[in-house]
Amino acid sequence: MVEKNQPQKPGFVWLLRMAWRDGRSSWNKILLFMLSTVLGIAAVVSIQSFGSNLKDNIALRSKALMGADYIIDSDDLPNERVNAIIDSLGGADAQEVNFASMAAFNTTEATKLVRVRGIEGGFPFYGELETQPEEAANNYQEQGAALVDATLMLQFGLEKGDTIHLGKVSLPIAGSLKSIPGSNAIFSSIAPPVAIPYRFIASSELIQTGSRVDYEYYFKDEANTDLERLDRELDPMLDAEGADLDTHLSTSQRLGRRYENFGKFLNLVAFIALLLGCVGIASAIHLYIKEKLPSIAVLKCLGASRAQTFKIFLIQVAFIGLMGGIIGTAAGIGLQFLFPALIKDLIPVQLELSVAPEAVIAGLLLGVSMSVLFALYPLIGTLYVSPLQALRVSHQPSARSKRSSVLVFVAIFASIFIISLWLLEDWQYSLAFMGGTIVTFAVLAGIAQLFIRSVRKYFPHHWNFEVRQSLLNLFRPNNQTLILVLAIGVGTFLISTLYFSRDLLLAEASIEGGSNSPNMILLDVQTGQEKEVLETIRSNDQPVLSNIPIVTMRVDELKGKPVREIRKDTSSTINRWILNHEFRTTYRDSLIDSETLEEGEFTREVTETNVIPISVSRDFAGDAEVSMGDTIRFNVQGKIMTTTIGSIRAVDWSRLQPNFSIVFPKGVLEQAPQFRVVTTKLPTEEASAKLQQKLVAKFPNVSILDLRQVLNVIEELLEKIAWIINFMASFSILTGIIVLLGAVRSSKYQRMRESVLLRTLGAKGKQVLRIVALEYLYLGILGALSGILLSLLGSQLLAWFVFDTTFSPSLFPFLVLLPGLTLLILIIGLSNSIGVIKSPPLEVLRKEAA
Amino acid sequence: MGKILKVENLTKSYSNGDKTLTVLDKVSFDIEEGQTFAIVGPSGSGKTTLLGLCAGLDQVDSGEVELCGSRLSNLDENQRARLRNEHVGFVFQDFQLFPTLTALENVIVPLELRGEKNASKTGKELLEKVGLGDRWHHYPSQLSGGEKQRVAVARAFANRPAILFADEPTGNLDAETGEKVVKLLFDLNKEAGTTLVIVTHDLELAEKTQQIMRIKGGTIVDNQVASSW
Repeated sequence: MVEKNQPQKPGFVWLLRMAWRDGRSSWNKILLFMLSTVLGIAAVVSIQSFGSNLKDNIALRSKALMGADYIIDSDDLPNERVNAIIDSLGGADAQEVNFASMAAFNTTEATKLVRVRGIEGGFPFYGELETQPEEAANNYQEQGAALVDATLMLQFGLEKGDTIHLGKVSLPIAGSLKSIPGSNAIFSSIAPPVAIPYRFIASSELIQTGSRVDYEYYFKDEANTDLERLDRELDPMLDAEGADLDTHLSTSQRLGRRYENFGKFLNLVAFIALLLGCVGIASAIHLYIKEKLPSIAVLKCLGASRAQTFKIFLIQVAFIGLMGGIIGTAAGIGLQFLFPALIKDLIPVQLELSVAPEAVIAGLLLGVSMSVLFALYPLIGTLYVSPLQALRVSHQPSARSKRSSVLVFVAIFASIFIISLWLLEDWQYSLAFMGGTIVTFAVLAGIAQLFIRSVRKYFPHHWNFEVRQSLLNLFRPNNQTLILVLAIGVGTFLISTLYFSRDLLLAEASIEGGSNSPNMILLDVQTGQEKEVLETIRSNDQPVLSNIPIVTMRVDELKGKPVREIRKDTSSTINRWILNHEFRTTYRDSLIDSETLEEGEFTREVTETNVIPISVSRDFAGDAEVSMGDTIRFNVQGKIMTTTIGSIRAVDWSRLQPNFSIVFPKGVLEQAPQFRVVTTKLPTEEASAKLQQKLVAKFPNVSILDLRQVLNVIEELLEKIAWIINFMASFSILTGIIVLLGAVRSSKYQRMRESVLLRTLGAKGKQVLRIVALEYLYLGILGALSGILLSLLGSQLLAWFVFDTTFSPSLFPFLVLLPGLTLLILIIGLSNSIGVIKSPPLEVLRKEAA
Repeated sequence: MGKILKVENLTKSYSNGDKTLTVLDKVSFDIEEGQTFAIVGPSGSGKTTLLGLCAGLDQVDSGEVELCGSRLSNLDENQRARLRNEHVGFVFQDFQLFPTLTALENVIVPLELRGEKNASKTGKELLEKVGLGDRWHHYPSQLSGGEKQRVAVARAFANRPAILFADEPTGNLDAETGEKVVKLLFDLNKEAGTTLVIVTHDLELAEKTQQIMRIKGGTIVDNQVASSW
C-alpha cells in the first residue's frame, strides 16, 4: 500500500545532473539563442556601467568642471545687496564677465562670433586652463594677451603672436586654449571661447544696452563650508536680486541629470534589443520543449513528478540565461570603453572608466530572470505532458491551466514594467514604454496571424506548384511565420523609427526655405547704429528682413501680487523663471509668421498708456499662471508699467528667428532704452562672410549669428547623437538576425525531411530552392514592411501630437532597409536548405536518422 | 499468492469536439503476483490504453484499478508517480530511451529517482545481465534496435518492480532479435518473480504467457489460461 505522502525527492543535485545530461547534446541548438540575449545584455550593461562611471566622474571632478567651489552669477552688474552678500563671504576670489561678441584678426579677413571671457584673479582654482604653449595659461594676464580657442586657431590659421580684435581692443594671442572650466564642446562650436584679462573689458566698449552679459564671481572655499546649507540659505536671497548661487555639487548634479536623461533613452534602445532576444529565447524553448515531450512522458512513467520534470528544464533555461548574462556582462563592460571615443564632444569630463558593480549584478540578474520569464510559457507545457504519451496513445492533451498562462503573461509584463522603471525612474514613462512594447508586439503578431488567415482563406489553388507549396509553408504546423515576422518587424521598426525621428528633429530645426526666412541675425544693434547698420546691409545689395526693437524688463507684480511675495510663498507653483528672468520684449502692430492668435484680440497700437493691453505667448501664460484680462506689472529699467493680457499667442519656438514671449502694442515703448535685432538673408557663404567683415569693422559691438553655422552645428550634433543611437540600435538588428538564424536553424530538420520527400517524389533541386526562396521572400517583405509602416505611423502620430509639425519621412527605410533585410532573410533561408539540395536524398535521410 | 492488479468495471472515453469515443467499456479482470499475462487484440481495440490506465498513467472515467494494494483513484498524480517508481517497470515498443543519456544513465534513472546510492554499480550489473556490459557509455543513437530494447529491459528491471508492463516489446524488432528480448524478459521475470503484463498482437508471444486476455472494441471478448500452460 502506498502512503499518501509526497514521492521521495532525489534532491537538487540529481536535478542538476539530469539537466546537464539532457542538455549537453543540445547546447549547439540553443547557443544561438543564448547569443541573442548576450547582445541585449551587453547593450544594457554597457550603458548602465558607462552612465554610472560618467556620473561618478562628474561628481569626482565637479570642482574641476566649475573651476571653483561655488559661483555667484548674475545677468546684470550686482546691486548693493548682492555685493553685500559677496562681501559677507569674504569677497570673490576671482571674477569673470562673459558675453558673445564678434572677433576679427590681423592675419585674416574672416570674423567669428566668440564668447569673450574676461577673467580676473586666479581662476580656475580647480581643474586646468589647458593651453598651448603651457606657460600661456600663467602669463596671459600679466602680458595683457588673449587665449583663443584651439579649434578656432586651427580653422583661421592663427598663431601665437597674431592679434585678435575685440571691439575697440586689440590683443596679442598668447596661445591656444585647449580647455577651460565652464566651456563645453557644443557651445564652443557656435561661439568658441576667448579668455582675456578682465581689465580690457571696459575699453573694448562691447558691453552696451541689451548686451547679454554674465557676471560670475568665483569662490574658493577653504573653511570647509557646508555648501548645501550655503546654497539653501543664500540662493533665495540672491534669487530675489536677480542673481544666483551655484555650488560645484549642484552643478555636477545638474550635469549628471542631463546625461542621465540621454542615458535613459539609450538604455531603452538597449532594452528593446534584450526584449527581442527574449522573444528568440521563448521561441527556441518552445521548439526545444516540443522535441523533449517524449522524454518528459517517459520520465513521468518512470516515476518523476511534474515538479521534477519542470525543474530539470527550468535549470537548463536558467543556466542558458546565466551564461548569456555572464558573457553579455563581460561584453558590455568591454564595450563601455569604446564610448568615450564615440561621444567625446558630448561629455564634459575626461573619463576614467571602471567596472560598475551594479551594472554587473544587473547584467547577471537580467540574463537569468528574462530568460526564465520568457521561457516560462513553453516551460509550463512540461507540466501538462501526460505519461500516456510514452505509450503512443493518441491522448487528448490536458488543457493548460488558464490561470498559469495568465500568470506567466502578467509576470512578463510586470517585469518589463519594473525593468523600465529601473531604467527610466518614472512610472508614467515606464507604463507608456510597456504599453508601447505590448502594442508593437501585438500589432506585429496580429499582422502575422491576419496574413496566415488570409492566405488560408484566399488560397490560390490554381497557382503553380512552387508558389502554392511556399504559401502552404506559411501556415503548416511548426511554421515560423509569427516568430520571423516578430523578429524582422521589431528590428525594422526600431531602425525606421530612429531614421524617422531624426527626420522629425531635423525638420524642426531647419531654417524655413521661404524667401522671408532670415539666415543671419544681428544682435545688440544700438539705437544710434540702427540707420548705418541698415544702410551697410542694403549697400551690399542684401535685404533687411526685419528690424526689431528690443526692450528689456522684469516682471514686478503678477495679478496684483508682488514678485518678492510670490518668491517667499512656498505653495506657489508659478515657474521661477517668470520671476527671475530679464525679458527681452518687443513692440509691433501685427503678428508674425511664427505666431497664431489663440485668445483675445491683438492690439496694434495704443494712445492711452495707463493699462496697456499686451500679448503673451501660451507658454508664458501657462508658466506664469495668468489668463486673459489678468494684470502684470513690469519694471522697465526702473519705470513701472501696468499691463493687462489682451491676447494669447501660440509661438513656434522651433523656427530659427527672433520670437517673443511678450509683445507690446505700438505707442508705449518707443521712448524706452532699447536696442535692435536686425535680420537678413544672404544667398551664399561668401556674401555672408563679406557682410560680416564690414559690419564687424564698423560696429564691433554688434554680434552676428550666422544661422547657417548654427544649423551646421545642430546637424553635426544630431548626426553624433544619431550615430550613438544607431550604434545601440545595431544591437537590436544583430539580435534580430541571430533570432532569425536560430529560428531558421531550429526548423532545419523538419525542412530537410520535407525537401527530401519532395525530391524523392521527383522535385528538382531548383524547384525545392524556389519554394524555400519564395517562403522567405514573403516573410522578409511582410516583416520588414510591417515594421516600417508601423514606425511611419508612430512617427506621424509623434509629428502631429508632440511636435505639431509635418515631416517628410526619409526614404532610407523603404529603399535600403526593406530590400536589404528581405535579401538577408532570403540568404539565411536558402543557406539553410542548400545542403539538402546538393546532397542525394538517401544521404540526407541517413544523416537525419543518425 | 495475492492479486497484484485488480480492474473492476473500468471505462474510459475520449472526446473529440462533439464526438465521444469510448475506448474501454466496463472492463474487469485481475492478475496474480508473479503471473505472466498477455493482452491481445487488433489495432484500436484499446489494449494500450488499458495498459496505461492499469499503470496509473491516466485517470479512469469510472471503475476502479487496484495496483500493488493501492486504489489508484485514491492517489494524486505525484503519488501515482511514486507508486510507479517503486513497484512498476515499463518496456515500450519504440524503446523510449532518453536520446541524450548514455545506456548506463538511462538504466539508472529510476534508481536515482528513488534516491538510491550505488545506482551506477547496479546499473552496470543490469547492463551486464542483458549482455551490454561493455556498451554502458554508448548513446542510444550508437546502439542497434535490439540493443536499445535490451537497455530498456535493464531499465525496466532496475527498480526491481513488482509488476512490469510491456507494450509491444518486439513490435520494432526483427524476429531473431525479438526472440532474444522476449527470452530476457521471461528469464528476468522468473528470476525476480516480477509479474509480467504484455500488450501485443503477436499471438506467438502471447502464447508464452500464463494467461491471455483478448479485447475488441474496448470490451473483453475472452480471458483464459493459455493452452500451453
